[in-house]
Amino acid sequence: MTQPATDTRSVIVERHLPHPPEKVWRALTVNHLLAEWLMETDFVPEPGHRFRFVQDWGSIDCEVVSTEPPRSLAYSWNSQDLETVVSWTLTPVPGGTHLRMEQTGFRKGQARYFGGAQAGWPRFLDALEQLLDHTQQ
Amino acid sequence: MKQTPNPVFRSLADPTRRAIFERLCREGEQTVGTLTRHAGISQPAVSKHLRVLTEADLVSGRPQGREVYYSVRQGALDPLVHWTEQMKTVWEARIDRLEELLNRMDQ
Repeated sequence: MTQPATDTRSVIVERHLPHPPEKVWRALTVNHLLAEWLMETDFVPEPGHRFRFVQDWGSIDCEVVSTEPPRSLAYSWNSQDLETVVSWTLTPVPGGTHLRMEQTGFRKGQARYFGGAQAGWPRFLDALEQLLDHTQQ
Repeated sequence: MKQTPNPVFRSLADPTRRAIFERLCREGEQTVGTLTRHAGISQPAVSKHLRVLTEADLVSGRPQGREVYYSVRQGALDPLVHWTEQMKTVWEARIDRLEELLNRMDQ
């Protein structure tokens, strides 16, 4: 059985940027630029390419899902058993670009990956969340 | 980017504190004495854990007579329940930095 769609959640951030899509695309795909605002990486914009984002607390394993320069880019974003996909969409608008980031596939019990939660974080949060869902409603 | 560790996660990272917190979730309001009997550590140690939990806004104490009754605060786990909001904040901050970079790239 697959889990119902309501068991996964997305994070969406949208922003108007007063810059052309081609320039935003560069910032999203050129590694020394990515290092300046996101993380150090060995990203290559080719579907199937496996790469990592590296931070002092650990790394995120990724694989390019799709690229359509300068319009859309998607890669998996996995860490431990966190399995999500980050999708970028660049839409040209007068005066710049409408940028949309969507990270999909979060499951409820994955809250432990927030707030700098460390590897090996105990499984208890799953149970605790269920308990609190139960008691706070 | 360095994420600021959430006080909720920080205070629940300790297994003894987690056990105390879970007990308060399950059993409702308890005194330090009752908690101590189940915690297997000294009363001052339990009090110290309760102080950390209180500072993280996870529990609150209600003095009554010579006792203080501790309970889980309403909405204590909102940072976990609404964790997608936190992830959104993380991405907002990243995209703020992207925007700063784009401004610098102009020059």
